Amino acid sequence: MSETNSSAATAPSPTSPRAIELIGINKRFGPVHANKDINLSVGQGSIHGIIGENGAGKSTLMSIIYGFYQADSGEIRIKGQPITIKDSQAAISAGIGMVHQHFMLVENFSVLENIILGAEGGAVLAGALAKARKDLKHLEEEYQLDVDPDAIIEDLPVGLQQRVEILKALYRGADILILDEPTGVLTPAEADHLFRILEQLKAQGKTIILITHKLREIMAITDTVSVMRRGEMVATVTTAETSLAELAELMVGRNVLLNVEKTPATPGDVLLEVEDLTVRDDRGVIMVDQVSLDVRAGEIVGIAGVAGNGQSELLEAISGIYPALSGRVLLKGEPIHVTGDADPALLREKGMAHVPEDRHHMGLVLPFEENENAILGYQVREPFVKGPFLDLGAMRRDAAEKIEKYDIRPPNPRLKTGNFSGGNQQKIVLAREMEQNPDVLIIGQPTRGVDIGAIEFIHKRIVEMRDAGKAILLVSVELDEIRSLADRVLVMFAGRVVGECTPDTPEGEIGMLMAGIERAEAAE
Amino acid sequence: MKNELPRWVDMGLIPLLNVTAAFLVSGLVVLFIGENPILAIQEMIFGALGYGEGFGFTLYYTTNFIFTGLAVAVAFHAGLFNIGGEGQAYIAGLGVALVCLSLGATFPWWLTFPVAIVGAGVFGAAWALIPAWLQAKRGSHIVITTIMFNFIAASLMVYLLVNVLKVPGSMEPATARFAAGGTLPYLRDMIPAFGFSPANVSIFWALACCVFVYILIWRTRLGYEMRTFGFSQSAAVYAGISPTKIIVVTMMISGALAGMMALNEVMGQAQKLQDNFVAGYGFVGIAVALMGRSHPVGIVLAALLFGILYQGGAELAFAMPAISRDMIVVIQGLVILFAGALEHMFRPSLIKLFSRREPALAPAE
Repeated sequence: MSETNSSAATAPSPTSPRAIELIGINKRFGPVHANKDINLSVGQGSIHGIIGENGAGKSTLMSIIYGFYQADSGEIRIKGQPITIKDSQAAISAGIGMVHQHFMLVENFSVLENIILGAEGGAVLAGALAKARKDLKHLEEEYQLDVDPDAIIEDLPVGLQQRVEILKALYRGADILILDEPTGVLTPAEADHLFRILEQLKAQGKTIILITHKLREIMAITDTVSVMRRGEMVATVTTAETSLAELAELMVGRNVLLNVEKTPATPGDVLLEVEDLTVRDDRGVIMVDQVSLDVRAGEIVGIAGVAGNGQSELLEAISGIYPALSGRVLLKGEPIHVTGDADPALLREKGMAHVPEDRHHMGLVLPFEENENAILGYQVREPFVKGPFLDLGAMRRDAAEKIEKYDIRPPNPRLKTGNFSGGNQQKIVLAREMEQNPDVLIIGQPTRGVDIGAIEFIHKRIVEMRDAGKAILLVSVELDEIRSLADRVLVMFAGRVVGECTPDTPEGEIGMLMAGIERAEAAE
Repeated sequence: MKNELPRWVDMGLIPLLNVTAAFLVSGLVVLFIGENPILAIQEMIFGALGYGEGFGFTLYYTTNFIFTGLAVAVAFHAGLFNIGGEGQAYIAGLGVALVCLSLGATFPWWLTFPVAIVGAGVFGAAWALIPAWLQAKRGSHIVITTIMFNFIAASLMVYLLVNVLKVPGSMEPATARFAAGGTLPYLRDMIPAFGFSPANVSIFWALACCVFVYILIWRTRLGYEMRTFGFSQSAAVYAGISPTKIIVVTMMISGALAGMMALNEVMGQAQKLQDNFVAGYGFVGIAVALMGRSHPVGIVLAALLFGILYQGGAELAFAMPAISRDMIVVIQGLVILFAGALEHMFRPSLIKLFSRREPALAPAE
């Protein structure tokens, strides 16, 4: 791996005029260093991609450019001129337009009304609307954006809504257009159309910054690309001179090597079977697409993938939290409801435990005392309840035992859960789920936001559960974690399981699967 | 968590500051109309607490506020904002009246009372059930539906009182007076010092309901599930708690508690069902619950404060003619404003003050 890039590497074609330059941008949120010494330089009339995993700092950086946040230090230059962007209004007048991942449109307004929103130019709308209609026609012709100005937003498909966002930015005179994960909600055909529009914009001299974690898009459309990882800009390269494999490796990177001692797995019966599971989210986008997998007793099946490729939805569907569209799930050979009236309580009763990805909103109730969270989901079980009553004594004794066994600090079952650190909060969830002695354990992001010491402990406990004959399904965006814990690795991309490999498969190869590159294609 | 305050500040200091601020502003109002605020407050406190009959009236008002305050608090714990206590209590009055009219002539009060409690509870709960169902199944916001149901209840009751329940030949939209077995004993029957005040034994039932609510919220599985749902709906779904069940059950308990207010007013005070007996007690319950931090002990104290305001205010209007009945409503409104709507006014600066003093409390994350 050629990772010599401590600072920005080869900035391509430095001779062309620069549309936007970032010099030494730093941003901290409390102890989190979200952007470390970021340098970026984007040429006029080019398409520049920024890739990186979730949490790499891409969105923070764009928010700084668009004036949502102020950088702690560093300089922004637009066309060579230093500029202070104190709010989005300043960004707009500097010619920066932003298309957010989640559209900022008023759903029951027409396209035209949305476009003049914030640029009404007076109390009476008629004049602004007439002017906008004229300008809009001009813009649409220029960039081949077919949108009916009188259509109501909520009647439009997402692809068209996105075009309205682009038109909105152009109407405000944007020269630099930032698109944040623009294809996340689009069908492939819509995405292709978007790319044609972007090409058109580029031909007209607009500068485009495209933020994504999809490597394919980067390769298809950008001129130059920057890779971010853990708040740093690790490389900037010319797209034509790089390859999917190189980008995948740069993006995934290498963590501190995690060392988990474990013996080879001795898989037993299949305890969890998933057949053709399909999940559609609230927006109507298919997030899990006919996924089939099985997990045997005494093995850990790891699901690798870049965040947002359907792993969360898969976990929620299997654990009965979010109803699936179609498909079957069998727990110990017995079919369970995952489509209509899924019921997490019933799954628990049948021996499935679930450590959710989001412990702050799902796994824990932060204002509760620790001992109250230690029964969440098991509030129907002895000895925690006697008839309709809680047995506070039993709850606290049980919590104290788990605190000791899992070394949760501070060892106080009456402390509010929000006052524990991330690692200890995660241990509270793990202790609760593991100590109920489930047969199948579903674990999402076991060590997200957890300190190194706790990571080691958590990994050890997961392996112990496996050795005790439990079937474990593990989802993590940390590839190293998957590789060191799992006995089999499945890779998810765009809602599908795109490959299965052994944990000792080279990182780059798994990374490419994660980026949606087929093996045959990668071999080229 | 950075916005956490020591318990005594949250439970004691903030309500105290709110009340003080309300009284200071009220004092300015009194000063503005040319009366002496010190004398006014003396008059008010004497009127509410200074002699037996006044104190009896204070307890009578307090009883209403405990019931409606508990009703709002129970819903709060599940993250629901029940502002339909007004209508639920009104409809519950019908339940109480039906029981008292049919049983009062034949049975002693201590047999009628438990049945009337059931009547109040069932009718109050039923009136809360429909908005709860609409919220759970259709997503119709409970704040909107409960307030609309207040109006429906008011119109329905006027119709029933005028067309169905009225005593033939009477001009008053009210039922006949209940027989002795359909009325509650006054406290003055036991303690003559209470004079002519209508305070009655329903206050003991109010206190029993406080104990019930405490046990429900902090000692039962249902209460645990309600609190989980109130803090985090996604955690509740994760824990296998049915949102529909929690919304419906919580609102029915809340409606039943609001309905208990009718025992005091209909069975205790008026001894008949009459038009508009709820008179805003249901709404004041919101302020009581906010001020009492949705905790039964706090609710008893806040209800007592509002009882003092109601009774003391009436006395004040009587003693100082310059302060009209409307001025009293202004003062009560100010207390509700400071205790309820402006509840968070002092909080941010107190949080700043206390987090500076106790930096060690900050978590590692």
